[in-house]
This record gives sequence, structure tokens and C-alpha cells, in this order.
Amino acid sequence: MLLTVDGVQAYCYTGGKAFNPAQPTAVFIHGAQNDHSVWILQTRYFAHHGYNVLAVDLPGHGRSQGDARTSVEALADWLIALLDAAGVEKAALFGHSMGSLIALEAAFRAPACVTHLGMLGSTWPMKVSDALLETSRSDEPAAIDMVNIWSHSTMSQKPSCPGPGFYTMGGSQRLMQRISAINPALVFHTDFSACNSYANGEAAAQSVRCPALFIFGTKDMMTPPRSAKLLTTTIAHCKVVSVDSGHSMMSEQPDAVLDALFNFVSGSR
Amino acid sequence: MSGPHYPGFDTLSLHAGAAPDPATGARATPIHFTSAFAFRDSDHAAALFNMERAGHVYSRVSNPTNAVLEERIAALEGGVAGIATASGQAAMHLGLSTIAGAGSHIVASRALYGGSHNLLSYTLKRFGIETTFVDPRDLDAWRAAIRPNTKVLFGETLGNPGLDVLNIPAIAAIAHEHHLPLMVDATFTTPYLLRPFDHGADLVFHSATKFLCGHGTAVGGLLVDGGTFDWQAAYDKTGHFAELCEPYDGFHGMVFAEESTVAAFALRARREGLRDFGAVMSPHNAFAILQGVETLSLRMERHVANTMKVAEFLSSHTAVESVSYPGLPSHPDHALAQTLLPKGCGAVLSFNLKGDRAAGRRFVDGLKVFSHLANVGDAKSLVIHPASTTHFRVPTEQLAVAGIAEGTMRLSVGLEDADDLIEDLARCLKLSQKGA
Repeated sequence: MLLTVDGVQAYCYTGGKAFNPAQPTAVFIHGAQNDHSVWILQTRYFAHHGYNVLAVDLPGHGRSQGDARTSVEALADWLIALLDAAGVEKAALFGHSMGSLIALEAAFRAPACVTHLGMLGSTWPMKVSDALLETSRSDEPAAIDMVNIWSHSTMSQKPSCPGPGFYTMGGSQRLMQRISAINPALVFHTDFSACNSYANGEAAAQSVRCPALFIFGTKDMMTPPRSAKLLTTTIAHCKVVSVDSGHSMMSEQPDAVLDALFNFVSGSR
Repeated sequence: MSGPHYPGFDTLSLHAGAAPDPATGARATPIHFTSAFAFRDSDHAAALFNMERAGHVYSRVSNPTNAVLEERIAALEGGVAGIATASGQAAMHLGLSTIAGAGSHIVASRALYGGSHNLLSYTLKRFGIETTFVDPRDLDAWRAAIRPNTKVLFGETLGNPGLDVLNIPAIAAIAHEHHLPLMVDATFTTPYLLRPFDHGADLVFHSATKFLCGHGTAVGGLLVDGGTFDWQAAYDKTGHFAELCEPYDGFHGMVFAEESTVAAFALRARREGLRDFGAVMSPHNAFAILQGVETLSLRMERHVANTMKVAEFLSSHTAVESVSYPGLPSHPDHALAQTLLPKGCGAVLSFNLKGDRAAGRRFVDGLKVFSHLANVGDAKSLVIHPASTTHFRVPTEQLAVAGIAEGTMRLSVGLEDADDLIEDLARCLKLSQKGA
């Protein structure tokens, strides 16, 4: 689905079903140097089980036009504007990694719009090492490989994603390379800088009143679960689910992630 | 301390796609001899059918044993997905039919395996797909052959029968200039010697029957999606590849390029071609090929070393007119081979024996270590004499057009002791000349 946000074309994948204003809406927000397709299985299930799906391509990523936004706050504003453009008054927000910070900040800025907050592979502060930040600026292909290697816990995840026969580490590498090919303006560095400089995480977490869910990968080297203690203690009413995966949990444990998300929203609907 | 790195080739050869069986702990990949897989409940069934959850439904579309092989070849090639098929021919057909249909056009190297040539020249033509064949070394010919309805460029990493080395970087560049993918048959090289995606190819297939299996025990094919070609961008520019970029009625209106930014081709190939044409690999064959892949690098090193010794021996023998092997400086693609194939040029070579068809027959009939049969890529050394077998009805003048002489031999050099191979060849070269 194509929308116009701030005068620029924005793309949302709808899970293979047309948008239906009568249904509740689930918004899926990808992380750095990714696009909507990282949510392929979860979004298709939601779309065929009573939800509108808006799996966004963030500005400058994939099929969405415009420049990549340079701060989490600006990305949250863009997301709120996108909901407005879609005519969505309330939605569940699910974000992965950088996307989780965007969801958190959007919930802070527009709490009335957010029915549920799902944060996957999250932490705050989301500090990016100086070495990785610099590599993403000076040698983006190398940064892609570093992150791809750190984001996967196995070379034999089953039943793979989006299905048998797909090599997820290869797919993840190619996706990040494709994002670079479509937009050569150092998106990865822009995304990492936004994560690195986001300062409002604690205040935003203190403001969360809607149901909240954290999904952590027990083998996550990018955002180790223990590093998210500030968030999970600040959002005291949150639910925490651990899955046996690295940072790329939607592809390494697609069913476990789907079940956690769907039970979270359908159980408190 | 070194930085992060991907698992190496040998590690992937043993582990990619496979883990100890969660049900039994079996370390080897089990052979899942089952036609179908039980659903947990009706919602699970619907979710599997509709690609909302990953898993197996029916072994024509996926099978756990096959999936290990598919993921392993994808990892070894540096691709995003593999599809196991009944044969290399089936892999080629699946690859082409996923993006070409009636009214489509293909540009192909003319230096192809006979079976591939048959498929392109006769069978696909009957279904409305035309092919223009070009000299693989003539880059202008590739460019000139492209038409508005061309959908793919195709060649073999090492051509047939002259072992022409496909200039993948140059031909891929031509394809991409025209918003077209390059598909490559990499059977003779395997990912150990050459990874076509690293050089610009977009789709790769193998006759896994050959070096991947390595023991002459199973027929099978593997198609690999490199995830490198931007189908949506090509569609936006040319209108081609609607199969991937427009709703597909055969799967609930799915737009494959939206579902997966980088694996749209593999999704469609499995969801349509494997499902509907049904040329699926048996899990037993997948197991046999997996055993071969586990030792691929070790075998290929020995294959290449033996082949180089045999090629050097033949090229200095008085009964041999010429030897075609890119590892030799005399081969026209030797310099290109040194760039694209630094680990070696494979284990297939051809040579021209002095004399007529009868000399060729005396040669092959006398061999004791080499087996006379129509295959390559076995651990055992193989030989075929085209003029008395595959081309026995073809007049001498027409043989020449195909690059085959009455004394042409094709060898697939195996893993035996090189001295024994050379002794076998030497004895029969002498024998071949006795009746002259």
C-alpha cells in the first residue's frame, strides 16, 4: 500500500490482504538497514487473522521515498504521520531493534494512538560501538557483514524463513546490500547514528501505560537481553518473552515470535 | 584478534542447514521418507498453506532432508535459497520457466551440454520460448542477440565440449545493462572452484548428480537464487518479470517481490514450478548428495590435481593432437581461468586422438581404470568417445561443426592414483595407434 507522508511516497506491506478500516491495526517497524520483508511470516499471519497490517518501509529504505531520518524522534513523527495518512486512530506498534525505539518514542509522543507496544531485540541506551559506527560510514559492505554475522546464532535454523530451503543468513546479507543499492546515501550510518544518539528512552519508557511486551533472543549479541534491564524495570507492567535466537529473531524463530506477538494482542483485546 | 567472519567453506559444507535431529539426536541428517506431514490443528494447516508459518506440508513442495541440502548449497554459493529438483535438467527447466513463458526469448552460449541444448533448441521452442545461441567468447554477440522479449542470459561456467570459460563478469554486466539476469550452469566447477554470484551471476543451477554427489550414485539438481537481481527495478523499467511483481492468481494473489525483497524468484519457483511441474528430488537422493557435499573441497582438490597431471601427460604424447583444458597455457581461456578459477579448472577435459573413429574405439575399449560411460563427476575416472556413442550417427563433417573430431575423447578424471590413470591412458594411446 502506498501512502503520502509529509508529501513523500511511503510504502507499507499489508500482509497479502487489503486494508480494512473496520479491523484493528498492527504496525510492524523494521530495524536499521532493513525493510518490511523481515516480518514476512508474522505479518501474513496477522493479516489473515483479523488485523490490518502496516509493515512499513522507513523513509529511504526499500520502497519508501525520501531521505532516511536522522533521529528516532523524527522517525516517530513520521510514523505518527503515516498512521494519520492511513486513517488509523489506534494501532499496536511492534518494532525490532531500531524499530523498537521508534515504537517507544511514538508511544511517548502519541500515547492515545498506541494500544499495544511490542519491542523486539531492544535495549536502551542503544549505543553503537565507535568501530561499527565508523565502519558503517567508511565501509558499508563491511558493516553489513559485521552486523549480519553478529545477528545470527546458527547456520541451521529450522524450519527456516520464510520456509524450508531458504538460507536466512544469506537472505539477511542480501537484503542489507539491496537497501544500500537502492539508496546509496549511507542509510546504515544514518540509522546507527539515530540509535546511538536517542536520549529519550528512559522518559519514554516511564510514560508507557499500554500493554507492553519485550521479546529477547537468548543469544542476541547486538542487543543482549541483560542490557535491556532499564527498560524492563521502568515499564514495570511489561511482559517478557525469551526465544532461542540471535538478534534476527523474526527469521530464526518465526513461530515463537509470532505466537508471542499474537497472544500478546489477542489476549488483551 | 581478528574481526567477525562468516563460517568457512568446509564448515558450511558440513553444517549449513543441518543440526542434530531435535527428536532423536541423530547427528547425520535423517532421510525423511514421508509423503506428507501432520498438522497440529486446522489453524496450523491453514497457516502453512498460506505461508504464514514455515514448515512442511507435502514432500513435492518441501521435505526436511531436501531442505538441509537446499540451505547448504545456498550457503556454499552465497545465495539466499536453494531448490532441490529431480535432475539438473529439471533445475534448468524450473529456473527458466519461472521467468520465461510463451513469447519469451533467451540468449544462450552455444557451448552447452547436449541436454541443455535440446531443452532450449527443441522442447522450450515447442512451448513458445525461443533461444538465440551465441559464441560465449563474443561479447558483442551476446549484446546483439538481446531482444525486447529477452528474459535471461544463460551459459555454463565451463562449456561443452571445449571447456570454454564463461566470462561471467562481462556477460553479467551486459545482462544487467539490459535489466536482465544471468543464469549459470555451474555443474563442472561447483562452488568450491567458482562462486558465480561473486562475479555477477544471479541464478545458478547444478546437476548435483556430478561432483556435488561425487560418487555416481544419485541423480538430482539444485537451483540457487542469488538474491542479487532486483526484479522490481527491472519490472519498473521494462515491464518484464510480471511473474514476480504482479499478483499471482495461482497463490492467492501473492506478489512475490513484495513478500520478499531478495528471494522473490525462489518463492515463485517453489510455490509454482516445483508445485506444478513436480520434478522434485527424492529425499534419499538428497541424503546421498549431502554425503558428497560434506567432502566436496577435499575431493575437488584431488580431482583438480589429478586432472592437471593427466592434461600435462596427454599434451606431450605423440598420439594426441590436442588437449582442451583451461588449466593448460594452450587453452584460449587460460588467462581468464586464472582469474575466475584460481583453485583449478575442474576435472573434465577433452582431447583429440590421432586417427579415425576406429582408433578411438581401440582406445576406449582398452581402458581398464577409466569406465566408458556417459557421465562426469564420479570419484571414479570416466571416459566417453562421442563419435562412437552420443554422436555415432553424425557424419564427420557435421561432427566438426559441433567441435568434435572422430578421435575426440572426453575424460572425467577421478580420485585414483594419478600414476595408475596415466599408465592406463598411455597403454591405450599406444594401442589406438596400432591399427593406423
